[in-house]
Amino acid sequence: MEPVIQNQEIPSIKPKQKAKQGPWGMAWKVFKKDKAAVAGLILLAIMMVAMALAPFLPFADPNEVDLTNRLKPVGTEGHVLGTDHLGRDMLSRIIYGGRVSIIVGIIAVTIALVIGSALGLIAGYFRNFYDTVIMRFMDILMAFPYVLLAIAIIAALGPGLMNTMIAVSIVGIPYYARIVRGSTLSFREMEFVLAERALGAGHLHIIFHHILPNCLPPIIVAVSLDVGWMILAAAGMSFLGLGAQPPLAEWGVMLSEGQEFIRVAPHVSLLPGFAIFLVVLALNLVGDGLRDALDPKSK
Amino acid sequence: MAELLQVRNLKKYYPVKSGVLQRTTGYVKAVDDVSFTLHEGESLGLVGESGCGKSTLGRTVLQLIKPTAGEVVYDDKNLSDLSFREMKPYRKELQMIFQDPYASLNSRKKISNIVTEPLRIHKISTIKEREEKMEEILEKVGLNRAFADRYPHEFSGGQRQRIGIARALMLNPKLIIADEPVSALDVSIQAQVLNLLQDLQEEFNLTYLFIAHDLSVVKHISTRVGVMYLGRMAELAPKNALYKEPLHPYTQALMSAVPVPNPLIKRERIILKGDVPSPQNPPSGCAFHTRCSACMAICKEQRPELKEVQKDHFVACHLY
Repeated sequence: MEPVIQNQEIPSIKPKQKAKQGPWGMAWKVFKKDKAAVAGLILLAIMMVAMALAPFLPFADPNEVDLTNRLKPVGTEGHVLGTDHLGRDMLSRIIYGGRVSIIVGIIAVTIALVIGSALGLIAGYFRNFYDTVIMRFMDILMAFPYVLLAIAIIAALGPGLMNTMIAVSIVGIPYYARIVRGSTLSFREMEFVLAERALGAGHLHIIFHHILPNCLPPIIVAVSLDVGWMILAAAGMSFLGLGAQPPLAEWGVMLSEGQEFIRVAPHVSLLPGFAIFLVVLALNLVGDGLRDALDPKSK
Repeated sequence: MAELLQVRNLKKYYPVKSGVLQRTTGYVKAVDDVSFTLHEGESLGLVGESGCGKSTLGRTVLQLIKPTAGEVVYDDKNLSDLSFREMKPYRKELQMIFQDPYASLNSRKKISNIVTEPLRIHKISTIKEREEKMEEILEKVGLNRAFADRYPHEFSGGQRQRIGIARALMLNPKLIIADEPVSALDVSIQAQVLNLLQDLQEEFNLTYLFIAHDLSVVKHISTRVGVMYLGRMAELAPKNALYKEPLHPYTQALMSAVPVPNPLIKRERIILKGDVPSPQNPPSGCAFHTRCSACMAICKEQRPELKEVQKDHFVACHLY
């Protein structure tokens, strides 16, 4: 082969209208097109803002008992969503209860995420002994029905909101460990990791600068879908009397308190149920949208 | 020419495990007793069929895969004795270019990030100096400096390969191991990248260990060529000698397979019988004897050593 073609690069593609669009920018473009996901995001944003600003808004005290105004229906003057069996304002209880539920969901997911991802990264990157020990332990955790496992952990730790959070996050750990291990396995064999080794990069550098950023898309999708699950699980535990305890305003507790009055005042249990439904729905819509947006095949 | 790097009796055996207890039942001899010397400023081409251990050899030389036995001597140091940490200063001088321009760049990093990564890993120079060095090198490999802010997916295969070359050049290496750097590219782009590699070699006085399976590519870029078969070096000779007068029967068969762009020339093709034997269970004696047309009794029993039959022309065959 003779060097017929001389070494000249065509001064390149004209800059596109929007150059420098990174992987995140492209994902956002796909996400924007998904109407359901955007609706979910807006719904979520409205709820988050209302809950975050609740103390500064003119809501009634969620714990103020007013026995003369018990079980008022929706639309009562002064109590837009009525009152419960102790005359507490439902609207403000739902909003304050949402603060508890969402914080529980986020913290539980964060704990599960951090521990699960760390285990998954170690198992997937170093393989062999670490992989076997970590993943077999995760298999053991996954072998339990999750509600049973959560109840067992709470039984060991004692009931309470904090312990519920710990219990549902432990249940969630294997889920993250598996996702992260899976992507780590696929990325550690890529040539760019070998290139890093050839440059002299250490394992920690490769894990944190190259493997972890590449694992983020599946992690984000898992998180968005999982927060809803954790909220539901924590509310479930509270409903069973294992999590948050009355009189704290929390959706699961409200649901459980309201069930006694479901015939005379269905709104007391239906409203917190509806709130849980809305949050979980919004999170799932966003999660599905993210999954499509971050899926490499959708580009 | 001064010797830059010496490979002595390098071996890489992969254990084969089987059964419930995962006992080692055998070894795949990916690289089996390979020795050669790299001289400063030369390009040594390595050719061979897929699975013959070329890439493993390249990676073992850089200690990306720890060799089972043998030495890689660079700067009077045996690199295979060094730990990963002790090896780090040498990595500045020994770099690598990869085959797949898509997989060898992290798609989540900007070009500027990818190209300055070597300097960051070795903690060399300030951020501003790194930028300047990056712009200089990008221009050297024929890329616009405005590309630095973009992501790998915005580039073609040839451009990506240039980015990989730029990354390898950032540390001013002396030796670059190019592991099939053009086999994933279109033929027209192959020529561009090969010419770029040659220009860079002159400019920076680089030494190449050039791994390929395409004989014409190797002919274009190499000064010496080594032919590998089943993890062993079959023949090692200066380019012209090898292409004009291949000695090893395997090399002769390979050469006869190169198409000649002239329909009037009648060629005699040597068609090899059978498949490449499994490296897990290589034939006794000369690994090639099962397919060799000149097989003798001794070939089945004794393994031929690589010996110098003409000046600088080494061949591992009992015929000589």
